[in-house]
Amino acid sequence: MSGRLLRGDARRRFLAGGLRRRLPLRGLRRRLFSRGLRTRLVVVFLLVSALSALAAAALTFRQARSAILDRAQDSAVRDLRGQLASLAPDLPARPDRRELRSLVLQLDRSGGSRAWHTSASYRDGPLVPATGRPVPLPAGFRKAGATARTAVVQRFHRGDDPWLALALPVMTADEPSRRSGLVVYASFSLASEEQDVSSLVDAARTGALPVVLLSAVPALFAARSVLRPVRRLRSASEKMAAGALDTRIDVSGNDELADLGRTFNGMAATLQADADTRRAMEARARRFAADVSHELRTPLAAMTAVTGVLDEEAAAGRLEPETAEALGLVADETRRLTRMVDDLMEISRFDAGAAVLHRDEVDVGELVRKTLALRHWQDRVGTDVPEGLRASLDPRRIDVVLANLVGNALRHGGPSVPVHIRARGEGGRLVLTVTDGGPGIPPDVLPHVFDRFTKGDAARARSEGSGLGLAIAAENARLHDGTLTAAEAPGGGAQFTLDLPLHRTPESP
Amino acid sequence: MTRVLLIEDDPAVRHGVTLGLRRRGHETEAVSTGEDGLEALASFAPEIVLLDLMLPGMSGLEVCRRVREVSQVPIVILSARGDDMDVVVGLEAGADDYVVKPASGELIEARMRAVLRRVAPSQSATGAVEACTVAGDLRIDRQGLRVSKHGAELSLAPSELKLLLFLSASPGQTFSRQQLLEYVWEHSYYGDARLVDACVMRLRARIEDDQRKPRYIQTVRGFGYRFGPL
Repeated sequence: MSGRLLRGDARRRFLAGGLRRRLPLRGLRRRLFSRGLRTRLVVVFLLVSALSALAAAALTFRQARSAILDRAQDSAVRDLRGQLASLAPDLPARPDRRELRSLVLQLDRSGGSRAWHTSASYRDGPLVPATGRPVPLPAGFRKAGATARTAVVQRFHRGDDPWLALALPVMTADEPSRRSGLVVYASFSLASEEQDVSSLVDAARTGALPVVLLSAVPALFAARSVLRPVRRLRSASEKMAAGALDTRIDVSGNDELADLGRTFNGMAATLQADADTRRAMEARARRFAADVSHELRTPLAAMTAVTGVLDEEAAAGRLEPETAEALGLVADETRRLTRMVDDLMEISRFDAGAAVLHRDEVDVGELVRKTLALRHWQDRVGTDVPEGLRASLDPRRIDVVLANLVGNALRHGGPSVPVHIRARGEGGRLVLTVTDGGPGIPPDVLPHVFDRFTKGDAARARSEGSGLGLAIAAENARLHDGTLTAAEAPGGGAQFTLDLPLHRTPESP
Repeated sequence: MTRVLLIEDDPAVRHGVTLGLRRRGHETEAVSTGEDGLEALASFAPEIVLLDLMLPGMSGLEVCRRVREVSQVPIVILSARGDDMDVVVGLEAGADDYVVKPASGELIEARMRAVLRRVAPSQSATGAVEACTVAGDLRIDRQGLRVSKHGAELSLAPSELKLLLFLSASPGQTFSRQQLLEYVWEHSYYGDARLVDACVMRLRARIEDDQRKPRYIQTVRGFGYRFGPL
């Protein structure tokens, strides 16, 4: 199940990598946006303010530009018309080339600051400029001017400069709607107007840039005010995750984040109540187990004190066989019960956190030898322990662990099973392995071997053990800041590995 | 045959232990309170005291202290819990050993015997040690089992005396607590090392001039204890 999930995950990651390679932009965006909410908020704020500044500037620019140009155009048409109105009556009805030239000369002179270049034509005749040079006009403009009944204007570019061309047909004096055939053309540079417009663009730019930059300040403030509750929520969640279930958030206001904060507080309260209930129940259960085993000890103490008497009587042959058998049974089961109660008490001490480690510097080889000798196992168990290997541990507890592991191996492997203890001190760790050549641990039992009252198989159910031996062994390993693990030995059989720090770690007592 | 005084409040345990001890031929006087126990100490003159720590009225600890004020009779604590702090306090108050209930008659007897054995076993085996040694201000008489300092005889509890005799028999040699448990207390290698520590503390209180700078019973950090070198 987890393997399949992992594969799916890996595939997704692979796909994402491929996409990122193909779409560098998306990767960039993801990097930018993964910077956190604050960056995102500020960036978005800046973008919006830049966009609005840009839009305002563009609109202003467009309006101002057309206003400037229109005004220039209108005033040029008005001026030209005014000049013509005062000069045209002096012209003869059919002006010749010389008279046209003198007209345009006067017009050029009266242009003033506008410095336009004028020319005139009569009845589609050639254009007569004031000087020898022809007046610059856009292509096709003459044709438009020749047929026009009123002023025609056109903007065009001459080189890089913007220019304006005007064509003004002159009407007959007695009949204002009839064309006299005289058309005056004028063109002039719009460079000064363009300069006004470009200075406007400069003004917009120099105004907009600081505004955009300045808008970063309110953006930061806005991000801060939005993110402060988010940050508070995050640190509160972290505290909760670390186990401080009494964590609460100060909620003020009525916005969505305040709602989220209230929801969080509600969740925390529920969690805390649940955890408290569970802890109380667990504590009660543990205390009960401890109390029960403690209460059992007093009657057991009385019974145990006389088991020897029963054994003697049963063995002496003075009693009826059935009575002797019954006495033996009572004595044996009393001892068994005593062992179970002892183990229960021991487990209760671990549960209550009352188990104390009495560390001592000991020789590991001697420790293993003594454990085996104490139980007369020295001939049945092979050992491989380097000379002079010393470790800081609680010898009584490690004896319990070793005796349990070896006892299990001897019991479950059969009478002739090879059992081997190997010890090594490597990298500051003491690694003790107990391997047997027995049938091993069934795979379905393996994850539960250290559970309380787990029995390996039906044959084990009625063994000498209380069903707590391995659980106690694991607790003892944990008390040493170590681990006890079970696995299948390389050649079949079971292998238990006890891994402890060789010396006490600074923070442990 | 040993004269045993049993001080135990639970009637069933008292009865059971008495039964077990009598079967093994020990003359046993059983009382249920510390006050009765102290009285019996004078009238019954036991060779060993088995003492329950959890007593109504005068506590087992108090009994232990009172007994030590007047007598160096061996005291073995009967404890309901081996990890009890009371055990340590009891040992520091002068008890020589302890047994965790429930305990079989064999175990109780084995502990009694070990405490009662007058000389540590390994020592009688070596045999080569002089009968009387003088170390600093101490005079240790192995034959008469007497220790005196500046000529004044010290009254030592059995476990204190045994520990001193054992350590001083091999001056300068370090013994681990586990070894001392085996040789002096006749426990297994995995006995309770607090026995050794409590006894060393008591012994130092009696023989050292300055307990914080011991001359005779020195601590070898990470290994154990040794006698001297002076």
